[in-house]
Amino acid sequence: MKVLHRLISLTCLCMLVLAACGPAATTVAPTEAPAPTTAVEPTEEAPAPTTAPNKVKITWWHITTDDKGKAYWQSVADAYMADHPNVAIEITVMDNEQFKQKLATVMQSGEPPDLFQSWGGGVMNAYAEGGLLKDITSDIEGEWKDSFAPGPLAVYSYNGKQYGVPWDMGMVGFWYNKALFAQAGIDAPPQTWSELLDAVKKLKAAGIIPIALGGKDKWPGHFWWVYLAVRLGGQPAFDAAYSRSGSFADETFVKAGEKLKELIDLEPFEDGFLGLGYNDQAALMGNGKAALELMGQWAPGAQAGNAEDKIGIGEDLGFFPFPKVEGGVGEASDAMGGGNGIAVGKNAAPEAVDFLRYLTTSDHQRAMAEQGLAVPVVKGAEDGIKDPLLKEVQATLGKAKYFQLYYDQYLPPAVGDAVKDATEGLFAGTLSPEEAAQMIEDSASTELSSN
Amino acid sequence: MASHSSAVPVLPAPAQNRDRVRRDFNQALTVTVFLLPAGLIFTVFLIFPIVQAAYFSLFKWNGLGPPENFIGLENYLRLFQDKVFRGALLHNLLIIFLSLGVQLPISLGLALLVWRKLPGRVFFRTVFFLPYVLSEVITGIIWLFIYHPEFGLVTTLFKSLLPGLTTSWLGDPRTALNAIFVVLCWKYFGFYLILYLAGLQQIPAELEEAARIDGASDAQVLRYVILPLLGSILRLTIYLSILGSLQIFVLVWVMTQGGPVQSSNTMATYLFKFGFQRFALGYGSTVAVVLFLIGLGFSAAYQRAVLQQDYVGGVG
Repeated sequence: MKVLHRLISLTCLCMLVLAACGPAATTVAPTEAPAPTTAVEPTEEAPAPTTAPNKVKITWWHITTDDKGKAYWQSVADAYMADHPNVAIEITVMDNEQFKQKLATVMQSGEPPDLFQSWGGGVMNAYAEGGLLKDITSDIEGEWKDSFAPGPLAVYSYNGKQYGVPWDMGMVGFWYNKALFAQAGIDAPPQTWSELLDAVKKLKAAGIIPIALGGKDKWPGHFWWVYLAVRLGGQPAFDAAYSRSGSFADETFVKAGEKLKELIDLEPFEDGFLGLGYNDQAALMGNGKAALELMGQWAPGAQAGNAEDKIGIGEDLGFFPFPKVEGGVGEASDAMGGGNGIAVGKNAAPEAVDFLRYLTTSDHQRAMAEQGLAVPVVKGAEDGIKDPLLKEVQATLGKAKYFQLYYDQYLPPAVGDAVKDATEGLFAGTLSPEEAAQMIEDSASTELSSN
Repeated sequence: MASHSSAVPVLPAPAQNRDRVRRDFNQALTVTVFLLPAGLIFTVFLIFPIVQAAYFSLFKWNGLGPPENFIGLENYLRLFQDKVFRGALLHNLLIIFLSLGVQLPISLGLALLVWRKLPGRVFFRTVFFLPYVLSEVITGIIWLFIYHPEFGLVTTLFKSLLPGLTTSWLGDPRTALNAIFVVLCWKYFGFYLILYLAGLQQIPAELEEAARIDGASDAQVLRYVILPLLGSILRLTIYLSILGSLQIFVLVWVMTQGGPVQSSNTMATYLFKFGFQRFALGYGSTVAVVLFLIGLGFSAAYQRAVLQQDYVGGVG
């Protein structure tokens, strides 16, 4: 007992000592933290006379977690550092969800990384409004700016200012298993919404899971509703709702829900899809268990990565664009999708912008296209695309007169989340099409009016 | 010796006073200096953030840049009108109810079983405590596999035994919360079991013997000897269980993120979703303040009404 007693008092004592150290440690930290920034300045004003000058540090966060892409980014950074010995590039690779959460935290503390993954749109605009991004409008002016396809570049500008650049742009469409389609007796990819519903019925009758959907992650499901709205109302409907001359409770958006309900009522998804995520969806496709999915240009890679054999269904994989919807005013060529880009944090040194220029040269873009890492956005790099499916995606995208960025990225974060929650309610059957549209409108009416 | 001790009273009165003042001052100084570090930490990391959250909760603020758009109590109004938040609050209450009604009784029952009589009880104690050692994230991922609608253990079991009752436990809004509660129960019953065992060890065997000599049955021994003597531990576990149920986040986040269709949200996941993810830090702070007040209110009331007797060395 006495030993125990002593142990307890010793622990208490330790805690006291630690407690006493606490404030001291926190006062030390600030003096340490600014050190790197003050260390950077001398290199800009007067080069240090010593042989080991202080390096300019560039922090770069990206979400390309697969081995091939990760190695490629690293090799580009290494090559740049070899040419510029005064620059040190620190890369942090994170998984998508992890990145979004970590970025939100550092943004709220006002310390963004120098370069980081961005999808543009409402989320990037919120950062720009908070003064957390660097305006690179004058940096890109001229040759660099002209090298980009204008559409993708515009995704990273807000109120006439450029805050980042794209490196990939694609679209969402149907990825399907040709072998399973043949097994169900479907000869050609569906051209209209009712043909799609027929195909689903045939697949179901043949005992095949017609559609893979990771409902838990919500964004894969929201593609369905957004595409229906794009086909039904076209650009005018969205522009009206977004500019607040119309509303998200308008006929187009209610009708999108009704059309989606026609599909949901056929119960075309795998068992328990509401509790499964995108990785499960990709695995179902990659293992050849489901016939089709509605997904972006990264789908083949994700299918292979999540498949048991790590290869996927290979030659059996096909692509077709979202079909026409009867009675809709949107063109069949209109596309919904998005891509990837890199935004520049407010504290970035000029070297960071220069590295970004280096990263998006047509040589690098072509190399990425050749390896199937991106659908390039720089003119003259398209010929690098080897994969016939990616070529098809790129060609379809090129024909689009109206390109709609994913709602969950384009709209302010709160409205984007409301869209995802509302469509989840449609899939679960807890919301009617009217209620879902109203839920989005409720969020839009408070968030969009103040902008 | 005598002359030395008599020297003190001989001092003139003012000097004596000055001495006491100095002594009091020294004592106060000592107390202050010793309390300062802890007090500072407490203020900087606890009081200050709470005050700050209360301040932010009065703004419509996205967390980027300083808060400027003052809207008074509008966030609070919106919060209480939101069906999703009321749902989350209800889910917390349901988990509290289930914890007290199901989890604690199971823990107590098992504690009584492995307390003395059962052969191999050391083995059981270890096994029962194991889930508590796992981190919540790991627990969540393990159970995601167990519940997996395609190849999960539970799914397979139900399919072969009760095919009519099978469902996708985490993918069905009607079952998701209960499925999560099963995991909570599995993870934490070992913790309460250890607390109960510690309490049971303190009960002298003579008391039980005396009761048996007086002719008490097993049930009577349990009812009139063991449970009353276990009182302080019972009250403590109820307290911990309720506070824990109010704060549940990680397990829910890993398993369902509060879905499907908000059916398993708790107040903490609601805060994260509607505050952080939607860039509405003002609104998020409102949720935090409400969550804090609920926790504080319960804690203060319970301490006063129930735990008081244990502090002054009452029963137990």
